[in-house]
This record gives sequence, C-alpha cells and structure tokens, in this order.
Amino acid sequence: MIRISKRAEMPQRKKWIVRLLGIVLALVVMSFFFLFLGHNPLEVYQTLITGSLGNYNRFARTIEFVIPLSLSALGIMIAFKMKFWNIGAEGQIVVGAIAATYIALNFSELHTVLLLSTMFIVAALAGGIYAFIPAFFKVKFNTNETLFTLMLNYIALRLVVYLQYGPWRDPGARGFPKIANFSQNARLPDIFGIHAGWIILIIVFALVYLLMNKSKLGYEIAVIGESQKTANYAGMNVSKVILIALFLSGALSGIVGMLQVSGVNYTLSRQVSGGMGFTAIIIAWLSQIKVVLVPIVAFFFAMLVQGATFIRTAFQIPQSIAEVLQATVLFFALGSEFFINYKLHFEKKAKGRVQNG
Amino acid sequence: MDSVSFLRAALQAGTPLLFATLGEILTEKAGNLNLGVEGLMLLGAVGGFAAGLATQSALVAIIVAALCGAVGGLLYAVLTVTLQANQVVTGLALTIFGTGVSGYAGRFLMGDIIPSSIRNTFRTIPIPLLSEIPFFGEIVFQQNIFVYCGIALAILMGLYFSKTKQGLNLRTVGENPSAADASGIPVTTYKYIHIIIGSAISALGGAYLSLVSVPAWQENITAGRGWIAVALVIFSMWSPYRAIFGAYLFGGLDIIGFRLQQTGFALSQHLIGMFPYLITILVLVISSIMKRRQYAPTSLGEPYFREDR
Repeated sequence: MIRISKRAEMPQRKKWIVRLLGIVLALVVMSFFFLFLGHNPLEVYQTLITGSLGNYNRFARTIEFVIPLSLSALGIMIAFKMKFWNIGAEGQIVVGAIAATYIALNFSELHTVLLLSTMFIVAALAGGIYAFIPAFFKVKFNTNETLFTLMLNYIALRLVVYLQYGPWRDPGARGFPKIANFSQNARLPDIFGIHAGWIILIIVFALVYLLMNKSKLGYEIAVIGESQKTANYAGMNVSKVILIALFLSGALSGIVGMLQVSGVNYTLSRQVSGGMGFTAIIIAWLSQIKVVLVPIVAFFFAMLVQGATFIRTAFQIPQSIAEVLQATVLFFALGSEFFINYKLHFEKKAKGRVQNG
Repeated sequence: MDSVSFLRAALQAGTPLLFATLGEILTEKAGNLNLGVEGLMLLGAVGGFAAGLATQSALVAIIVAALCGAVGGLLYAVLTVTLQANQVVTGLALTIFGTGVSGYAGRFLMGDIIPSSIRNTFRTIPIPLLSEIPFFGEIVFQQNIFVYCGIALAILMGLYFSKTKQGLNLRTVGENPSAADASGIPVTTYKYIHIIIGSAISALGGAYLSLVSVPAWQENITAGRGWIAVALVIFSMWSPYRAIFGAYLFGGLDIIGFRLQQTGFALSQHLIGMFPYLITILVLVISSIMKRRQYAPTSLGEPYFREDR
C-alpha cells in the first residue's frame, strides 16, 4: 500500500538533487532510444555539447537562442508570479515583430540609432498592449486568461501570414511570398559576434530582478500571487497591479519580436517566433518563477536546439529529435517536482491496526 | 458556388476538428485542461498512417491511431493526475512531444500514399433513402464512414453526460472533485479513464487527416487544428452537441477562402483563418460578461490532492 502525503519544505540542496536526477533519468531514457537507432548515446550527447559550445561561433549561435528564450520567459514569469496564466508569449512576440517591421520598412531612411530605438519602443508597446487586452478582460469581467491569451497567439500568427502574402509582400521577390529584407539601418549591429540583444538581455535581467525583489510593484505582484484576498485586504489596487504587470510581461516578449527581426532574420516571416513563446513558458515554469534561474534553464534549452542541428548532420538523425529530447526532459522535470512536494510512504497493509492517515 | 458541395466539404473539413474537440471535452469534463491536443492529433496521424501503410487495413490503422493517442493521454494523466504536475505546462510538453515524434517518424514516411484498399473504406457511402432528402440529406448522408462516426460519437457522448450514472459522476469529478471523492466516486480512476479515452478520440482526428483528407504524409499535417479544437471546446461550451455545429462551422471557415477565390471574391484566406479564434474570444468574453453559469468545469486546470480538501 502506498500512501502519499505532502512533505515539509525540502532543503534547497536536496531539491536540486531530485531535479538533476530527473534530468539524468530523461537522458538515460533517451539513451536507450539512441541505442535502438544504432547510435552510441554518449557520442550523441557529446556532439550535442560540442555542437552548441564547441567553438566561439557555435557558442554565439547558442546565445542567440538564449536571448529570446530568456527575455520571453522573464516576461511570462512576471505574470505567472500572480498566477495569471499568460500563455500568449508567442503572439506577443509576433505582434512585436510586426510593429518593428512596420517601422523598419516605412522609415528605413532614419538614422540607425533613431530607427532601432523607435522599433524597440514600438515593439515593446505592441507586445504590451497585446497582453494588456486579456488582462483588462480578466480584471473587468473575470474572463479566462489562459484561453484568451492562447487564442491571441493564433490571431497574431495569421496576421503575419496575411501580411506576408498580402499587403507587405515584396514585389521585388520575383513572386516569392516574402516580406522585403530590412535596410542596413534597421539591422541590429553585432557586438562580439552576437547581435546586440545580449546587452538588452543583461539590462532587462537586472531590471526584472530589481522589479521582482526590490520594488513595491514586485512586492504587490508577489502578494497577489499568494492571495488576491490578502492583497485586497492590504489595500492594494489589485486590478491596477495586474494591468501594469501584464503590460510589462507582454512588452518583454514584444522586444523579443523586434530582436528576432532586426538581429537574426532581417525580415519578418511566420517563423519569427517558431514556438519560442511556448518554450519560454516551460522555461519560466522550470525556473520555479525565480529570475536568476531563467537564463540558466534557457541556456540548457538553447543548447538542445542548437546542438540538435549538429546531431542531424553527424548522425543523420532528423532534427525533430530535438523536440523529442526536449519533451522527454520536460516530462521528467515535471514529474520530479512531485517528489519534492510529496512523500511516498510504503506501508504494509496493517490489519487490526488503527490507521491515522 | 454550389452550396451543397460546399457544405458537404465543410462537414469533411470539420470532422477532424470534431474528433479532436470531443476528445478534449471528455478530458476537460474530468477537470483537466489538456493543451496537448495538437500533439495527440499528430501522434494519431503518424501512427495511423504508418500502421495503414504496413498492414493495408483501415481498421488496424484506426486502432493504432487511437492507441497512440491513448499512450499520449496516459503520459499526460500520470503527470497531471498522479504526479500533480501543472496541466498547462504538461499539455505544452505533450504537444512538443507529438510534434517531435511525428516529425521524426514522418521522415521515413515522406512520399508514401495510403493504399487504395484503405481509401476505398473511406469512400463516400450514401445512406439509402436518407441521402435522397433534398439539401439536408444530400449534405449529411452522402459522406464517408468517418463523418458519420463523428456525428454518432458526439450524440453518444452527449447522452453519456446527461443520461448515465458514470456521466453524471464524471461531471461531479470535474465540478468538485473533493465532493465527488467524499461521495465515494473514485476520482483518480475517473480522471485516468476519461483522459485516456479522450486523448484516443482526439488522436482519431489526426488520423482522419493522414488517412482520409490528404491522404499522404505531410510534415506538421495538423497545421494548428489541435488549437482550433481547444477553441472549439469553449465555443461549444463543453457540449458535444454544440461541438458538431461548431466543428462544421470552423471546418467551413477553413475552406471557404479557397472557394471564394474561385468565384473571384477576394477575402484573404489568412484573414478568414482568424475568425475561429476571434469568435472564440467573443464567446469567452460574452459569457464572462453575462456572468452566466460558467460553462467550464469548475475545477478545470486545478490538480486534486485528497489531503487538501
């Protein structure tokens, strides 16, 4: 007979051991899969690491995944901290990208600094507003935010495709349905071989850390997350805090949209977010809604994505294996939380003994 | 534009949505929000397709597709019901899993098409007499088996919820798991069974795409239909009957742009593609403004742990 009970808070170190064990277990399970395919799993994992960190150039590409994933996850975290389930990062990235592209295409003659900062601000605004809308309906009418933000993702994605095939289609692309490439002015410069987004990430990271840990707003966000009743009782303007926090949450993803079009792709296409908004949700969650952990978890995911491209060429394993690997790690990571929060009691069925359970 | 042929096609385009939606309704009635529908559909699509190629049997293909979905559902259930993991994140993980597995397995299925014996099973089979009813009969009763099964399944599920003891118990589990537990309903068992069967049904929606609609393998064959299904559950307010109507409506929206193009009336398919989501948001907002009885099962999305009650 197995009985389950909640356990008292586990010591931090033990928690991390359990989580690490979960990840190791996931890698072991995947090893069997690789063995089954006729590959040496150790070689596969080694390629994953050398493929993502092996030389500076590969490291730089990995960091270019860390930037959007971390930024988005930081934004999502702000909302999750209040138990506001913003799963609309994908859409917020996309509208940010659309807004930045609009500026890039129509004001391309502006000075680079002015152009890039306008794109940045407009993208942040667009993403912020896109998250503000469901937040407004949430505080006003208690409309379910999970489903609302989810739906907004797909509206934004269709909008990009519409623009790509319709009004923004580049007539110079010889009939190919794509949006024109950005002018040099609208492209984010590289600094140390990585687009300047990494500086923005460092700044945003510091700001979000201060916001969540040192500011009044961050304190209010934390209290609302614990209990809205308490927050109300303490005289906080709960609606206002939710609205501001969600605007910030969406703005960060909006910035990601700008960085992707201006720093990586130099154009806008439907692949601009490529599921990163969803991966960021997972990163925010696995980071235990803690600011400092976000870049670390994001780095791990970025390694998986970047390393997988090398696995493909080295072992002829389709790149989809990255997703299978990601999902397997996730399943185990999600499962391992259980063993942190709950305790299993293996007990023999006691006959004639009074059980106080 | 020939309205009968258009509506007939709308029913066919709506059928994968209907299966996916019915599966998700069953899952959500047990109080679990599974955002892995897209992944389940992909698992069903790839499993059914591979089994169909290997065995040339439509029945085996369908069974394998459902089993693939059931395995996905089992994974989800173990994590969310037993291990109390966050449902949103687990669902997203399931979608990533399904996308990865189908993308991986699909590499080896590229270029293959479904054997004619299976395509023959899913040919249009008019139902005698009924199919001769003008308009309605011509639309509804000149379809393939899959379409008929979708309608039948929706009606059966509706009856299950309202007329059977198990269906009633299930609703209690979704509305108030601790009350259900207190009255002796085995909450965990109910959740497991309905999540697994619901996932299998959703996977059949994917199988329809790879076996009947296309019928060949395409990368990412579902193209976001799993998310439309999540929207449809809300749109139909968790009612299997309304899901029939909703799925066909959204199915019609899926194909209308292309048809309109042929008539020279140009409204971008991509803009029309937003309608399902816009309509769903509208339904969400209106039902929350009206403060009507919330149609969503009350415990939706929340884990149930006995000692918390």
